[in-house]
Amino acid sequence: MTVAVEPYLRARRGEGRKLLVPYVTGGLGKHWLEVVRAVVDAGADAVEIGIPFSDPVMDGVTIQEASQRAIALDATPRSILMEAASLDVGVPLLVMTYYNLVLHAGLERFAAELAVAGIGGAIIPDLPLDELAPWAEAADEAGVETVLLAAPTTTPERVVAICERSRGFVYGVSLMGVTGERTSLAAQAGEMGARLKAVTDKPALLGVGISTPQQAAEASQFADGVVVGSALVRRLLQGGGPSEAADFIASVRTALDAG
Amino acid sequence: MSVPVRGGPVHLDPPGPEPTGLGRFADFGGRFVPETLVPALEELEAQFRTAWGSDEFRAEYAELLGSYAGRPTPVTECHRLSDRLGIRVLLKREDLTHTGSHKINNVLGQAMLTKRMGKTRLIAETGAGQHGVATATAAALFGLDCLVFMGAVDVERQALNVWRMQLLGAEVVPVTSGSATLKDAINDAMREWVASVNTTHYCIGSVMGPHPFPWMVREFQSVVGAEAREQSRAILGGADPQMVVACVGGGSNAMGTFAGFIDTDAELIGVEAAGLGLESGKHGAAIARGVPGVVHGMRSLFLQDEDGQVLEAHSISAGLDYPGIGPEHAALAASGRARYESATDDEALSGFQLLAETEGIVPALEPAHAIGWVAREAGHSIPKDTTVLITLSGRGDKDAAQVAERLTGERLQ
Repeated sequence: MTVAVEPYLRARRGEGRKLLVPYVTGGLGKHWLEVVRAVVDAGADAVEIGIPFSDPVMDGVTIQEASQRAIALDATPRSILMEAASLDVGVPLLVMTYYNLVLHAGLERFAAELAVAGIGGAIIPDLPLDELAPWAEAADEAGVETVLLAAPTTTPERVVAICERSRGFVYGVSLMGVTGERTSLAAQAGEMGARLKAVTDKPALLGVGISTPQQAAEASQFADGVVVGSALVRRLLQGGGPSEAADFIASVRTALDAG
Repeated sequence: MSVPVRGGPVHLDPPGPEPTGLGRFADFGGRFVPETLVPALEELEAQFRTAWGSDEFRAEYAELLGSYAGRPTPVTECHRLSDRLGIRVLLKREDLTHTGSHKINNVLGQAMLTKRMGKTRLIAETGAGQHGVATATAAALFGLDCLVFMGAVDVERQALNVWRMQLLGAEVVPVTSGSATLKDAINDAMREWVASVNTTHYCIGSVMGPHPFPWMVREFQSVVGAEAREQSRAILGGADPQMVVACVGGGSNAMGTFAGFIDTDAELIGVEAAGLGLESGKHGAAIARGVPGVVHGMRSLFLQDEDGQVLEAHSISAGLDYPGIGPEHAALAASGRARYESATDDEALSGFQLLAETEGIVPALEPAHAIGWVAREAGHSIPKDTTVLITLSGRGDKDAAQVAERLTGERLQ
């Protein structure tokens, strides 16, 4: 059952809850579906499933390595979506991938495959607002919500336009850089969150570089919640499975709930 | 335009056609980048458009191409090679520029823009090292910091150029991700740019990447074609060469050359790297074997598997070891205005030796593909007595050790 992203996140936010969206690389090991279920049980409000691409320019070394490993394990967009279709976790699922894989599958076909697989949203970090139209049309038609990213460099006018066109939530890039763990929360995170909150009522999440429960709690002061990717994926690359993933996400959940 | 001569003034053609829409050449091009980079690309586009339309900028650029890069470069008529092949061969001598390849034309323009934008640092990707050396050179000239990303495999096979870049004050970062070649160096350069875009300009070395790069780099390289056209006409009694041939990796020397002949009757031919053969799967022929996709910020043709994962290219020359092609080439191939052929590693080696033996000119392995293709086709698909202009995009010193090892089986000490 597809869970629509935006209504679900709005409802959760309405309960006074800070939103937590973990990222899991699809096809990374045979337990990856169990990892998705485990992070949901541990308190995720939605899950991003990465469809690995050979040339992920918005990703740092952790997700690069996870992507390469998943591809080496024969993960394909189709195999990941087929497997994901068996997930019935009660929270929204989104894919995060790069435009070439979408284009290669065909826009309408890819959007339809997401819908059939029970995926409610898509994040395509190399498809900015200016190039969005063909995909957005196909995604809207299929009922797939396309989440747009805003960055610290984004001009005020663009932030407004991005928030207007984004569906599901708005993804604020919390630093200047690509995904990957950092030792502290970037100084730009607070301003990014505040800029989004000032212009949109849609759920606004901060992501990229948010690495620890403490950083997540700190970032969530400026926004409606956080996306946590590399810190989780690193644990999986180091041999962790569903229980290690659950422990980590539960610790982030606890920190967010404590404020 | 008067005929450009060595030591004389540098003339530029008027600005060439802009792409349509958001950097489109027919169906190709565009700006597919992380949001973080969009404002910087918009600024670059605006700065370039203003500068390129300004007499002051163009005069300063032309002066620098002359006094620093050593332009105009000559066109050399190759009498002995022509006799050997039964056609008439002219060479546009980009090997004679400062730093030894056409790459300098582009980096000087981009370094000038970097200064105008108030940025203090250049980053670049490099395959063979030619563009890395050129960027490091411009950085030294303009007092900019410089970081060059180079695949670890290429660092190994181009050790001399690595040292040259370091001598010029650049830091060279060996890239180990992915296939550890040019494609991955571009990925890492883009990642670095996402982190440092406020102070740093990414000096892309070919007619590729997100808008405005394919257009801007073609314009900065169009001096090659503009000079070659006038020089060829002087040699050929006012006629244009019947055929204009250049190698294509990303395609900057070819695009710069074609720009000067696009409005003539010359047949335009790009020569891709066929590596071990087009049927071997080990090649760099994105037009012959690629399919449309979006990689490195642009919609173009790329070697991909059935899911859209980008494949590793293969070529004996690091500069052609790239699984994509600039979007304007993809458009020219689609329209039929240019034709794209290919030459294998072995044919490039033959071209390398042939030019050395007949003309006393050692080409880089990249243009050796163009020489090799012309040598193979002369008297076959290239009729006898055809006039052929080949752009010799760079000199072969950087490849001498690698070719020696390949030909003799022994490593030079």
